[in-house]
Amino acid sequence: MKHTLAILVENKPGVLTRVAGLFSRRGFNIESLAVGVTENLDISRITIVVSGDDNILEQVEKQLNKLIDVIRVSDIPAQDSVNRELALIKVGVDSTTRAEVMQIVDIFRAKIVDVGIKSLVIEVTGDESKINAIEQLLRQFGIREMVRTGKIAMNRGAKVVQSEKR
Amino acid sequence: MTKPKMSGARAVIESLYCENVEVIFGYPGGTVLPLYDELYDANIRHILVRHEQAAAHAADGYARATGKAGVCLATSGPGATNLVTGIATAYMDSVPMIAITGQVPRSLIGYDAFQEANITGITLPITKHNYLVQDAKDIPNIFKEAFYIAQTGRQGPVLIDIPKDTQIDTIDFEYPAEVKLRGYKPTYTGNEQQIKKAASLIVKAEKPIFYVGGGIIFSNATEELRTLAETVMAPVTTTLMGMSAFPTAHPLSVGMLGMHGTRYANYAIQESDLIIAVGVRFDDRVTGKISAFAPNAKIIHMDIDPAEISKNVRVDIPIVGDAKNVLKSLIKYVKIEQAKTDAWIKKINEWKKEYPLTYKKDNLLRPQYVVEQISEICPDAIIVTEVGQNQMWAAQFFNYRNPRTFISSGGLGTMGYGFPASIGAKVGKPECTVIDISGDGSFQMNSQELATVVQNDIPVIVAILNNGFLGMVRQWQELFFNRRYSATCLKDSVDFVKLAEAYGALGLRATRKSEVKDVIEEAVRSERPTVIDFVVEREENVAPMVPAGAAINEILDLE
Repeated sequence: MKHTLAILVENKPGVLTRVAGLFSRRGFNIESLAVGVTENLDISRITIVVSGDDNILEQVEKQLNKLIDVIRVSDIPAQDSVNRELALIKVGVDSTTRAEVMQIVDIFRAKIVDVGIKSLVIEVTGDESKINAIEQLLRQFGIREMVRTGKIAMNRGAKVVQSEKR
Repeated sequence: MTKPKMSGARAVIESLYCENVEVIFGYPGGTVLPLYDELYDANIRHILVRHEQAAAHAADGYARATGKAGVCLATSGPGATNLVTGIATAYMDSVPMIAITGQVPRSLIGYDAFQEANITGITLPITKHNYLVQDAKDIPNIFKEAFYIAQTGRQGPVLIDIPKDTQIDTIDFEYPAEVKLRGYKPTYTGNEQQIKKAASLIVKAEKPIFYVGGGIIFSNATEELRTLAETVMAPVTTTLMGMSAFPTAHPLSVGMLGMHGTRYANYAIQESDLIIAVGVRFDDRVTGKISAFAPNAKIIHMDIDPAEISKNVRVDIPIVGDAKNVLKSLIKYVKIEQAKTDAWIKKINEWKKEYPLTYKKDNLLRPQYVVEQISEICPDAIIVTEVGQNQMWAAQFFNYRNPRTFISSGGLGTMGYGFPASIGAKVGKPECTVIDISGDGSFQMNSQELATVVQNDIPVIVAILNNGFLGMVRQWQELFFNRRYSATCLKDSVDFVKLAEAYGALGLRATRKSEVKDVIEEAVRSERPTVIDFVVEREENVAPMVPAGAAINEILDLE
């Protein structure tokens, strides 16, 4: 079972190493990871997708909370949350396939951000399944290169992940 | 008021004054020269060890004996990496320690400079927290935080890495009055509802047992433990880290549990209907085969570290908090008019009679006899141990009466720990007799510290149970590897009496039972650093023994 954790940390050098190091040394597997600064400049937010049963998740959360630089750990439920990844996909095209690719881009509400004679760069945002789906469809045209960010997530409604621990 | 201007090195010393540090165990080198220059006329005792590992162990022994954070100091690179084993030892056993290391100047960090090692990276998994000083003006705040983190919550070592140039830079010194750490707020008071639930289980239990560890000692909860145990009339078993948390001779004591625990402690755990676990972590050496551990028992687990709860075993009632606080509130709620445990205590006493902790009492000099004699002659001594058979016999055959009188590397099992740790214990508690119960293998891992105890006049006694073997490994080879003693024989490798004398310490030897008492008394009387070479039976085994991976009541018949 996959869980998405939002981890608020002090925005200091070495903090990502502490968090990532904890995962590797306790044998927890990171499926995806994204880091960025928050509305408060001395706090960064790390979004980690981790797979494991409830016991593993409980240990992950407790061990993370032991790190001095970790301010808060919050499990973002799959329901009631907005989950997004961004991907850039470079697809090989020629005059016969360009239109079909552009149609797919349209259907997925993705964007073409670069046009070349033999390729297009497509920017797509969405949850994991949407990105997987467009990737599948584009594969027949030849994906030259693809890069995906880690997942970021936010609760729907008024609920927020706050810096005050407990 | 203007803040005084001073160098970063001076600021370190001033910070240590603010934390009431009276002693540092250390070893100088290139990147700590400014610090050592300040130490030269500082009002802090510096004990020069002969290897940085010993500095870390000594700081650890000091902390365990006194309850205050121990401080060690080393230079960058090899000095810092030599501390690593000592820091890991303290981390595994939750010992408050501050390790200060020099670092190459900031402009050279990352360039593989001479004696550069990324010690904050290296110690990341073995420190509670660590710091690399990026700016000299951060020094007071970092020291304040470091001492706070090391000595609160679940205690542990904190490392501060100080680049040489930040020791020279000038700052305005002001020591902060308090720490602001939004990510660190340890829980001291247990949840009242949980405590009430625990009390109701305790009152109803017919076969309850206390299973207690280092947490009792670290939170100074021995009195509360005793009061509660006597109220409930339940047996108390301790882990290795919990030795001295409950008096060995108390009628409710069943001694140590686990791999080399008493038969009656292990039987009692397996038959109990309620385990009251305080300041323990259900280590594999304690539980044996985890799926077969205490099959009929409900478990109440109190610990200051929430991550320990339900880590290894399922727990019915978790209580996060400081052992002393939680036990105090528990005592309020546990009201027992007529103890229900008479039959249970009777059964345990029968086990005690049937399976006593013992050894062959003949005319040969056996190691257990040496420990018993030490216990008789020096009942109030602080016992420090090395690791292996000596450690188990020290746990089994000394009669502990007061907390903080058993000091041992429990979690990491560090050979070579005992002698330097005994130095720290003696420095922290000079009024106590401090005895390192040692083996000939472990002692040789840090015997160079004989120079330290002689130079600084620290009269510790090293009692070597010399069997000419790496005894515990040999025991496993005897039992599980067909007596093929691969690389475990140390016989006649060194004359320990002459070794002691070479350093200017007192060297004594006993080869017969009849000589044991005399040499111990002579060592105590001498008030000098002393090594006693007890030439004991070579193939004595530690018993009882539960093989690794077996349930803790599946005990090998070694007796």
